[in-house]
Amino acid sequence: MKFDVQGRAAFVYTGGKPLDTTLPALVFVHGAMHDHSVWGLQTRYLAHHRRAVLAPDLPGHGRSDGPAPASVEACADWLLAVLDAAGIERAAFIGHSMGSLIALEAAARLGERATGLVLLGPAYPMKVSDTLLSTSQAEPLKAIDMVNAFSHAGHAAKPSAPAPGFSLHGMNRALMRRLQASHAAAGHGNLFHHDFQVCNQYAGGLEAAARVRCASLMIVGAHDQMTPPKASAALAQALHAKVLQLSAGHSLMGEVPDGVLNAIQTFIPEEAP
Amino acid sequence: MPGPSDPGFDTLALHAGAGPDPATGARAVPIHLSTSFVFESSDHAAALFNMERSGHVYSRISNPTTAVLEERVAALEGGAGAIATASGQAALHLAICTLAGAGSHIVASSALYGGSHNLLHYTLARFGIETTFVRPGDIDGWRAAIRPDTRLLFGETVGNPGLDVLDIPTVGAIAHEHGLPLLVDSTLTSPWLIRPFDHGADLVYHSATKFLSGHGTVIGGVLVDSGQFDWEASGRFPELTRPYDGFHGMVFSEESTVGAFLLRARREGLRDFGACMSPHTAWLILQGVETLSLRMERHIANARKVVAFLAAHPMVARVGHPDLPTHPDHELARRLLPRGSSSVFSFDLKGQRAQGRAFIEALKVFSHLANVGDCRSLVIHPATTTHFRMDDAALAQAGITQGTIRLSIGLEDADDLIDDLSRALRAAQKAGSA
Repeated sequence: MKFDVQGRAAFVYTGGKPLDTTLPALVFVHGAMHDHSVWGLQTRYLAHHRRAVLAPDLPGHGRSDGPAPASVEACADWLLAVLDAAGIERAAFIGHSMGSLIALEAAARLGERATGLVLLGPAYPMKVSDTLLSTSQAEPLKAIDMVNAFSHAGHAAKPSAPAPGFSLHGMNRALMRRLQASHAAAGHGNLFHHDFQVCNQYAGGLEAAARVRCASLMIVGAHDQMTPPKASAALAQALHAKVLQLSAGHSLMGEVPDGVLNAIQTFIPEEAP
Repeated sequence: MPGPSDPGFDTLALHAGAGPDPATGARAVPIHLSTSFVFESSDHAAALFNMERSGHVYSRISNPTTAVLEERVAALEGGAGAIATASGQAALHLAICTLAGAGSHIVASSALYGGSHNLLHYTLARFGIETTFVRPGDIDGWRAAIRPDTRLLFGETVGNPGLDVLDIPTVGAIAHEHGLPLLVDSTLTSPWLIRPFDHGADLVYHSATKFLSGHGTVIGGVLVDSGQFDWEASGRFPELTRPYDGFHGMVFSEESTVGAFLLRARREGLRDFGACMSPHTAWLILQGVETLSLRMERHIANARKVVAFLAAHPMVARVGHPDLPTHPDHELARRLLPRGSSSVFSFDLKGQRAQGRAFIEALKVFSHLANVGDCRSLVIHPATTTHFRMDDAALAQAGITQGTIRLSIGLEDADDLIDDLSRALRAAQKAGSA
């Protein structure tokens, strides 16, 4: 469904069901160069199991009008505006990679009204190598291939996502290329470089963590080369977060879809406090 | 195998889609000959049916062994995913029926495998899907044939049997200008010779019976989606962008931004038409895929020697292979197919039907049968077999005459193939002088 947020169209996937705001709300925040569809094997299930699911496309990513916000903080502001537009007062936030930083900021801002925080593949600080940043400017398609290769633990994750027969590498590459092309075609420039700069420049993680009032869970990939488990240790300590390590790379939602779903379901029970 | 870039072709051919079996440690891909898969609970069953979880329910829809083949071919093609089908024809039908229905129109190359031509020209017309055929090299013809009800442009990487090379970048650009996808049959080239997605195609399919399998043992097809075509932006494909009553109002393009086509194809076309691949077939094709590059190198090397031999032979009027400067698509082939064009090609024998019959019947190493892409060398007379349903005009448009002979060059010693052809050409010559 679409909302008018900050004067622009915002697309929110609701798990294949109409949004029921009387149910506990779960907000899924995708990462750099992604859209809502990376959460397909978590959102659809939870929407059909008594949760109000909101998985927005961040501005400039997919179906939400661009340009992409300039910072993690701006993304969090936008996300809370989406919740206002949807009539959601309390929500748990689940974010992946760049989206984990946005979820962190959003949960901090929502204070007592945040019912849970799940960070997948987080890192703080989320520093991006100069090589990748310069490649993203000069050769964004090459940078996509680099990140795509770094994001997966192998080429044989089962049962694949969103269904058997899909190549996780191929899906991710196609999605990144589509988003890169559509952002540029809309006159908003190089999305890859933008998103990775947003990650690189975020400096408010520990301050945000201090303001978070809900319980936190970190799900990290044992083979993650983008945000290795140790890269989130300081943030985990600041949040007093429970840490769950799964046998996967950075693309946790596709590589271990059931592991991620089960962890979210267990950590944020149906009747969240 | 993580690293800064994707693994190479040969590594993917061996590893994509399958690791050691977690239950048994089996290193080779196991054959899961099971129609169905046990649910963990009622909730698990419902979630699988409703696409809330990924997994296998019933082998018509998906199967663990078949999924390995799908994921492996998708990786080799650089695609987002794939669906294995009962045959190449089933893959073509699945692609078309996912995107088109009664009242739809297709623009297709006139240089097609006879079975594909028949499906488009006769069978689909009976179901209200009309096709306009254009010569693959007639770029203005492709553009002019597009209508408001067109849903697809379709051609073969190299046309069967004349090896007309499809200018994928140009035809793809025309398709995209009109918000349409380009579907390419890459059977004769395999992903080792060309990856059509790298040049602008949106969908690719193979008769996996041919080079992917490579051993002439099983019938199968694979349909691959690049994930690059934006169905919503096109506005011509409500099947993918509007609620589907056959799946509780699912909007496939919202469920998966880049996987919408394959989700719909699996959940509608494969489910309802039922032309699925047996896991045993998938396993045999996987054996072929694992050695694809090694075989293709030998196919191409042998074909080059045979082409050179035939081109210099006095009994041969014409050899239709893009390796030769005389082929109209020689330069295009050099650009799009730098590793080689194909080991399947045709040539015209001097003489009449009697010479053709004598030639084919004198061959001993080449087998006279209706297939290509086998490890063994094959021969056939298209006008009376693979393309026999075509009238003379359609045959001419496909570049086939009554004297055309099609060869599929196998993996035997090239000298033995040339000896066999030489003997058969002498027999043809004698038949002409008798």
